[in-house]
Amino acid sequence: MDPAAVAPILDADRVSLRFGGVRALTDVSFSVRRGEIFSIIGPNGAGKTSMVNCVSGRYRPTEGRILFEGRDITRVPTRQRAGLGIGRTFQNLALFGHMTVLDNIMVGRHHLLRSGFLRGMVYWIGGAQREEIAHRREVEEIIDFLEIQHVRKAIAGQLSYGLRKRVELARAVALRPKLILLDEPMAGMNLEEKEDMARYIVDLNEEWGMTVLMIEHDMGVVMDISHRVMVLDFGRKIAEGPPEAVLADEHVKRAYLGEADEVVSEPEEAVA
Amino acid sequence: MATMTPAGDYRSTYREDMTIFPTRGSRIALWVGLALLCLAPLVLDRYLLHLLINIGFLGIAALGLNILVGFTGQISIGHAAFFGFGAFASAWAHEALHIPVALAIPLAGLATALIGLVFGAPAARLKGLYLAIATLAAQFILEDFFARARWFTGGVAGRVTEPFSLFGFAFDTDETYFYVVLAFVVVMFAGAANLMRTRDGRALVAVRDHYLSAEMMGINLAYYRTLSFGIASFYAGIGGALYAHYLLFVSVEAFNILFSIQFLGMVIIGGLGTIKGSLMGAAFMVLLPEVVQSLADMLAGGAVDRALKLGASISYLREMAIGAAIILFLIFEPDGLAHRWQQIKAYWKLYPYSH
Repeated sequence: MDPAAVAPILDADRVSLRFGGVRALTDVSFSVRRGEIFSIIGPNGAGKTSMVNCVSGRYRPTEGRILFEGRDITRVPTRQRAGLGIGRTFQNLALFGHMTVLDNIMVGRHHLLRSGFLRGMVYWIGGAQREEIAHRREVEEIIDFLEIQHVRKAIAGQLSYGLRKRVELARAVALRPKLILLDEPMAGMNLEEKEDMARYIVDLNEEWGMTVLMIEHDMGVVMDISHRVMVLDFGRKIAEGPPEAVLADEHVKRAYLGEADEVVSEPEEAVA
Repeated sequence: MATMTPAGDYRSTYREDMTIFPTRGSRIALWVGLALLCLAPLVLDRYLLHLLINIGFLGIAALGLNILVGFTGQISIGHAAFFGFGAFASAWAHEALHIPVALAIPLAGLATALIGLVFGAPAARLKGLYLAIATLAAQFILEDFFARARWFTGGVAGRVTEPFSLFGFAFDTDETYFYVVLAFVVVMFAGAANLMRTRDGRALVAVRDHYLSAEMMGINLAYYRTLSFGIASFYAGIGGALYAHYLLFVSVEAFNILFSIQFLGMVIIGGLGTIKGSLMGAAFMVLLPEVVQSLADMLAGGAVDRALKLGASISYLREMAIGAAIILFLIFEPDGLAHRWQQIKAYWKLYPYSH
């Protein structure tokens, strides 16, 4: 498949975001093609999460537009974006801590379920039971895929960090999103957990057909699994392209990976 | 709730895995318990039946408050006013509109739900202390309404109500009315348990636990925050209506803020965010004064009474003991009776190999 030939699923068109005098994002444009893994990298405070929040609806861009499948969603409320096909995980865990893992994932089915509170209360009569069972079946598929069978009845807040990350991914997958936003899926994980997570992301992309927009600090993972990478620095886009090209980019080296020459040359200048 | 299932309890269908009572033992306990309760009016004396009936309608109202406070994570200090509204609404509907009591009770629940939605509207925007003050306003506005709306409440004279009757049979004694309350308790508690295991119930808990990610899941926060008020008020209204047709007289003074606080006490002591805790909390609040009262009666005139010269102040022991019990609960069992019950069950399941 040639990703370039595919229509973009997500377009950010000259997006700017300001909080008072702070410019979180300035004129950022990019597009994510259907079926690719697109990563956003950049130093801390570069505006990566702000960008994802604009896509997920948490923030509304001060200027610019966001298009999802060609439709302008800049002003669509957050809660309607699940129905459009956008799911996300959060940088700091955002599970429903007192619910079981199963219930957490079932919440991900919210926009697909039809039984409201009245039918829910008469569980056995109004079809709520049938619906719950049907969706439970799908949820179990996700549970199998992410290998969390052993904790499905555990309280989510009591799980280890790595497992909670996986449950959160499961919850986002349960939305059946076309585009899944992952905010630092590997943060705080050990090597083995990172490898697992990378495998899940690749599988989601290749087998479940989800387009992935990911923020990640682990450059190894980013370079290995991304089709394309965008680099932000101080809220501006400084590079975009295939991982190797981005890595070779001079701006990126300077901004993100540190400027080796400069560090070496500085003492000389000071002497001079 | 994470529950421990005994070894050998296998489920081969999702349907079996999604029951309210997860184990065979708990299901047997349920049916045996219900059967015993059905026999209760034949065995128990009127005083104990009176207590059980009180636990019943207070438990229904407490369950409503628990859905609001425990499950949705909001706050209401006006629950007694909604309870009162349900009581008057049912009595008024029967007398003024000639609706049979059996129908007036659910209608009173619906009317109270509507009032609850009106007063719950600020909940879509307010949280925490600000919401608490808004519900406090509901308490005072409704109390004032009760005092002024003589056509509805009978004013300071109060309102006399008719007993519950169905197909010409009047449930006008403790023995018979017990069954009415029991039926309502079963239906209302089953309804709540069902709600919490389906879409909208999970959405309520999701709003409580993490509203930002709940929104990302497609949950409309304002809708569910307001809905929670509606459901809570519905339960309060049903509870109040059952109260009205039990006492056969409703007075405007009964539904003050102290009563609202008692409802909060019930859900905290019973266990926030638990269905059965609501009933346990109501039972605790009903039984504690009785137990303390009988203790006080035992003390009265005895050696301790004479030695400490308690005399008339012995009756205050009751109020003090209730206050002390609540404080002790908050310190030693903040998760409530339902949690303690889980721990006791876990202890016996693992006994004697608890570690």
